[in-house]
Amino acid sequence: MTSTLDINGKAVVVKADPETPLLWVLRDELGLTGTKFGCGMAQCGACTVHVNGDPVRSCVTPIAAVAGAKIATIESLGGSHPLQQAWVKHDVPQCGYCQSGQIMSAAALLAATKSPSDEDIDNAMSGNICRCGTYQRIRAAIKDAAGMVAAPVVAAPAAAKPVASNDIDDDIAAASGSTSRGVGQ
Amino acid sequence: MNGPFEKLSGQKPRGQDGVSRRDVVVGAALVGGALVVGCSPADLMSAGSKVDIGAFGPFIQFEPDGAVTVLSKHIEFGQGSSTGLAAVVAEELDADWNRVKVVHAPANAKLYGNTNMGIQLTGGSSAISNSWEQLRKAGAGARAMFVQAAATRWNVPAGQITVKDGVISGGGKTAGFGELIADAAKVTPPENPTLKDPATFTLIGTDRVRRKDSQAKSDGTARYTQDVQLPNMLVAMVAHAPRFGATVKSFNGDDAKKVAGVVDVYQIPTGVAVVADSTYAARMGREALKIEWDEGKVETRSSATIAQQWRDIAAGKGPADLKWEAFDSKGDAAVASGGKGAEVFETTYEFPYLAHATMEPMDCVAIVDGSEVKLIHGSQAQTLDQMNAAKIVKTLPGSVEVETVFAGGSFGRRATFTSDYVAECVTIAHKVGGGRPVKLVWTREDDMRAGYYRPLVHHALRVRLDKDGYPASWRHRIVTQSIMKDSPMPSKGPDGSAIEGTAGSPYFKATPIVDAQLALPEGGVPVLWWRSVGATHTAFVMEHTIDQLALKAGKDPVDYRRALYAKAGEQGARHLAALNLAVEKAGPTPAAGFTRGVAVHESFGSVVAQVAEVKLVDGQPRVGRVVTAIDCGVAVARDQVAAQVEGGTCYGLSAALYGEITLTDGRVEQSNFDTYRVLRMNEAPVVETHIVPSGNPPSGVGEPGTPVIAPAVANALLALNKTPTGRLPFVRAAG
Repeated sequence: MTSTLDINGKAVVVKADPETPLLWVLRDELGLTGTKFGCGMAQCGACTVHVNGDPVRSCVTPIAAVAGAKIATIESLGGSHPLQQAWVKHDVPQCGYCQSGQIMSAAALLAATKSPSDEDIDNAMSGNICRCGTYQRIRAAIKDAAGMVAAPVVAAPAAAKPVASNDIDDDIAAASGSTSRGVGQ
Repeated sequence: MNGPFEKLSGQKPRGQDGVSRRDVVVGAALVGGALVVGCSPADLMSAGSKVDIGAFGPFIQFEPDGAVTVLSKHIEFGQGSSTGLAAVVAEELDADWNRVKVVHAPANAKLYGNTNMGIQLTGGSSAISNSWEQLRKAGAGARAMFVQAAATRWNVPAGQITVKDGVISGGGKTAGFGELIADAAKVTPPENPTLKDPATFTLIGTDRVRRKDSQAKSDGTARYTQDVQLPNMLVAMVAHAPRFGATVKSFNGDDAKKVAGVVDVYQIPTGVAVVADSTYAARMGREALKIEWDEGKVETRSSATIAQQWRDIAAGKGPADLKWEAFDSKGDAAVASGGKGAEVFETTYEFPYLAHATMEPMDCVAIVDGSEVKLIHGSQAQTLDQMNAAKIVKTLPGSVEVETVFAGGSFGRRATFTSDYVAECVTIAHKVGGGRPVKLVWTREDDMRAGYYRPLVHHALRVRLDKDGYPASWRHRIVTQSIMKDSPMPSKGPDGSAIEGTAGSPYFKATPIVDAQLALPEGGVPVLWWRSVGATHTAFVMEHTIDQLALKAGKDPVDYRRALYAKAGEQGARHLAALNLAVEKAGPTPAAGFTRGVAVHESFGSVVAQVAEVKLVDGQPRVGRVVTAIDCGVAVARDQVAAQVEGGTCYGLSAALYGEITLTDGRVEQSNFDTYRVLRMNEAPVVETHIVPSGNPPSGVGEPGTPVIAPAVANALLALNKTPTGRLPFVRAAG
């Protein structure tokens, strides 16, 4: 039997059993490998996609549960979404494996809350694990994308500081001549 | 990053017998199962290789449009070294940084060996440091070839040719690299090209050095092992034994084979493999297996039992035949054991097993066709993987092709002496045969329960203070399983990976009498290096002890350290500079409600000092601001140094707060992130990084930021409530 799913604005017919988690249909059957497998039990958020705009863990969502719903993956953002631009500007990723999920959670946050507080960010993002520990840059990039930080023009290297919520000492950075994010001398 | 290989470089013998590079190479060659007399180890390990290099050497390629490709011999798994390596080449080449890209090099021990180790392996925070001279010469050499080509074509003296941002100029003419490739390729590469005076660097050390992979890692296109999809590919999962050391007694795969999509079921040395046409089918097939295990030789101890045994050993109640090995010891050991009363400080520390818990669970793609083998995966130790694959397929190690792709973290996990999961994949692909690709996928539970943990470690200390409150003698016992046990290297002296950081400590240098010894009892739990290796425990022990000694002596912990670094002389100089910078940048007072703790530690050639601000929330430590100073020599990519300090701090804090793998009757109790808690966004500290100015060659960056936060937090808690921390993690699971 087959199922029809609405993925990234297109109707897609898939062969997988209706109980198959959406994650494996996206990855193995449709080749949409931007969505990652991390834990298989909605603990890490690496598999986050949007279902009707809400962030959902695709690793525990059978396709039967999302028939008729609008599903969006990291591929739907196109690569130059404001969050993706901010991610690049702040050099957020390290290993990068969790970042699709991070960005999808952040995109759902910004869609619902234009200017999120630190608490909003904590609440929206604490379901997404990053083992490389890029959390403070994620926070800074979300705020930058939301237009909450007076960030320099993206023009190449000089970028906003990674931390908007807690001060990096401006005077220290200025005194050291550092324009880099959080790097003083 | 990761691996106790720094000692192999010969840079820092630190009082223990170093293992020479030759030992590593010869030993590693033996892994391949053959030793050919009269053939160099590198030749042996690369025998059969089809890797070809271009006219400009193994590290640089030029495109006709002038673009430059740098080949990174090291895997990029988050540490940012591929960007740094590309910058080192671009600097000496005077390339246009915006037109430089970086790709993973193929596997070849001779061309791409880590210059510290002789095999291709990313570890010991050495990617930049071991490549520094090599890549500067590669860039400068290629530059010289283009200069000569331009001089000849334009009939202008070479001395009048300049190169800037990828544009070659002279005699009123200009050209890009692309236009001169054919001419430059004919120039004989200079053996010792002139390197730049570092004072004239225009790229290295500037904020222009930004990651090359951020876009691909933000739009879902970065390719990891998990993402490899090939025509006709099978996906394999393996049912592993519930206890370490068990083997398959019998199994029934009938029900598994009935699962739609399951292609076959095989017994392999590590369990029972199910191969299927999709990941989900493999998983469902595995759930339908019935397996009886032979548990005749399994590890049956609980972690609590092992911890008690280590305690007993440290207290002198261990087996009579267990060997103690001394390191850094000097003076009369009887004095260190003597004394009583107020002058004596005694304590013990316990550290649990830790999982690496990378975001991407272990996985590998292997293709075996007769004696032809290709691996596609995030390989941290290409040469070891080649040799282990070659043993299984019975071919030459160099002929095993490795396509290294991004890894979703490693922290040491993807480099094992046995190439554990790689060997598992090759074994299955060998059974499948016919050149049909097999992707091995481990679930999170497989990954967390398959071992290769940071070992359980016990330290016991007895320090006597002099009349001024400083250490007069220091007795130190370390008990742990050796992560080097399965190493092909012959061991000379105590296992450096178990003592580094205690061994070589400036506090030992400042203490007149030291009696330090290591015991390495056997254990059945697979253990491995884990980001920052020995420092994961030695930094905590040394730094938290110092604050307890300062408290006992009634002195300020920062001043106490300064005095000890002064006593240590040269060996404490960089510690002192880093400490002073961190303290200065932290400013006079912590944020309201927070208490400060300080720690300083050297690992992988770099010194890190941190001032951490901590408060208790519901009885658990919460870390706010962390001010860091790092002396890592020349900082090639300053922002990536900061990124590694930020990430390393989170990784170390995660383990310090929550990390603990426990065993009951030999069975691992944790299985996923619900039972192995890790640091999340709402618990993440705000890390500031300050780089100590240095003209020294680059030293480690990927690991040194990891081990300092735990003792800094413990020291803040000591300042807060006078309670020392004798075991990690700070927050223990209920029960």
